[in-house]
Amino acid sequence: MKRIGKQTISFDSPPTILETASIVGPKEAQGPLAKYFDQCLEDEFWGEKTWEKAESKIIKETVNTVISKSGIAASDIDYCFAGDLLNQCISSSFGLRELNIPFFGVFGACSTFVESLCLASVFLDGKAASNVLCATSSHFCSAEKQFRFPLELGNQRPPTSQWTVTGSGAAIVSASGKGPYITAITPGKIVDMGIKDANNMGAAMAPAALDTLITHLQDLDRKPSYYDMIISGDLGYIGKEIVTELAETKGYNIKNNYEDCGVIIFDKEKQDTHSGGSGCACIGTTFSGYFFKQLRNRKLNRILLIATGALTNATTSQQGESIPGIAHAIAIEN
Amino acid sequence: MEFIQSIDWMGILKCFIVGGIICVIGQILIDKTKLTPARILVVFVTTGAILGGLGIYKYLIDFAGAGATVPLLGFGANLAKGAIQEVQTSGLLGAFVGGVKASAGGIAAAVFFGYLASLIAKPKIKKQ
Amino acid sequence: MKPINTNQEYSNYVDKKSPNSPILKNCFNAFWVGGLICTIGQLIMDFCMYKGLDQTSATTVVSITLIAISAILTGLNIFNKIGKFAGAGSLIPITGFANSIVSPAIEYKSEGYVMGVGGKMFTVAGPVLVFGISASVIIGIIAVLFI
Repeated sequence: MKRIGKQTISFDSPPTILETASIVGPKEAQGPLAKYFDQCLEDEFWGEKTWEKAESKIIKETVNTVISKSGIAASDIDYCFAGDLLNQCISSSFGLRELNIPFFGVFGACSTFVESLCLASVFLDGKAASNVLCATSSHFCSAEKQFRFPLELGNQRPPTSQWTVTGSGAAIVSASGKGPYITAITPGKIVDMGIKDANNMGAAMAPAALDTLITHLQDLDRKPSYYDMIISGDLGYIGKEIVTELAETKGYNIKNNYEDCGVIIFDKEKQDTHSGGSGCACIGTTFSGYFFKQLRNRKLNRILLIATGALTNATTSQQGESIPGIAHAIAIEN
Repeated sequence: MEFIQSIDWMGILKCFIVGGIICVIGQILIDKTKLTPARILVVFVTTGAILGGLGIYKYLIDFAGAGATVPLLGFGANLAKGAIQEVQTSGLLGAFVGGVKASAGGIAAAVFFGYLASLIAKPKIKKQ
Repeated sequence: MKPINTNQEYSNYVDKKSPNSPILKNCFNAFWVGGLICTIGQLIMDFCMYKGLDQTSATTVVSITLIAISAILTGLNIFNKIGKFAGAGSLIPITGFANSIVSPAIEYKSEGYVMGVGGKMFTVAGPVLVFGISASVIIGIIAVLFI
């Protein structure tokens, strides 16, 4: 592998995304992408007593699903990278504790899935591993409880707010295989444009997504049209519009091939999700469920996946701090 | 049935309108200032206490009845009224005893029913 | 469109891009639901006074009854729907205060009845009591000085 330009790494023998799996909650199951997910739950508890236990179970079962779908024995997986939104990434730790695979806890807020894929690719191309597992999860109820208000509180959600996706996405990446290949990664910088409104995460993260996108294109000397699709994680309607418009002011036209997972996972009108989906599982499940199948069926051949994260916590946002954003990009090609 | 005949419908109308207007003020605060629900409640209870302390709020209660006492402004005004009344009978001690004493029913009910509800109810997701 | 370079420019741009709450609709719903809750209170109060209670006791009965109704509706997962629809209409009446105590009590049940329910019950409504009671004490002290 080698560094190209300011931030990008390209791989000599690009790792293959061997298999993906996704499990989603009931609200996502009513959304437009329902048929692409491996499993849709009927209730948010999934037989558990707490939201936190339910989230751990979701990531655990998603990982079990991806392992059995891939046909690789769990003992042949060398490392796993996983993370989530709950304090100290507890859903991943509980969900994966019985797996017996060396574990790296990763925190990149909602960018965790792609951050894990970045790290896995470097491990694989560096010959440190031959199979690596990446997983992430989020849960609407546990996230609301930790970051916002109790679910029973009768408050109104402002139109800029986003709906945390309940679910988990997991992928197994291998050093050898027939693709889709991870050909390059662009880890992002922390970008903070001073947005403080915790109900407008899309606007807080959009500058980071834009920075990573432009850096990636400059580093590799590519035009946006190189990709069949540029996909951001969970910017929602407002963030998507901001990225599209600001990219244009910098001379990049992405109007025709840019989509956001937060926009497509829910039906805004029918599901009352305001600015769209968010959470680690937003890009985790949308990529694992929908886009990976599009790559496999060759309906898409080159995509740029940009996962976005809001690096905030409940305490600092009460202290009036702004919300730093981050975005990591990976290029996936057949 | 005698009770229904005894209802002062004009009073009910005043109550409805005043109560509604107080809530609209709260709604404008929510939509325009992005204050969290907890902050909105604090603003209302404190404003109510000040208006009650200045002796202004009782005119609104006389006019609108529950339309003024049910909103949280009334809770604040009641705290202030209780403190002032108790001061008149027992001096400085009254400043500490009066407010909570006047509002004890509401506070105790909220704590008690809150605990009771937690024993029975299970957290559920918003289905929206 | 001009390129955006500073935080201030971005903040102004975001404000322009972000849709506002439908304030007229929200205010209308807040008005009639809030008015209705107060009217229910007034009917309870009239009934208490019809039965011979004095105004102060009747007011307290109104508070307790509305708090009990609000607690039940919160437990049945109905209050949050009313709240979403009515906004301040259900928040500003005493029902909102009750809801803000009952909802964390239910939510944190999973952390146990002592530190979960007991400890977290006031996470939302605690400030109301702190500021309300403190204000009443200050007003009481001022009353001592001037009356």
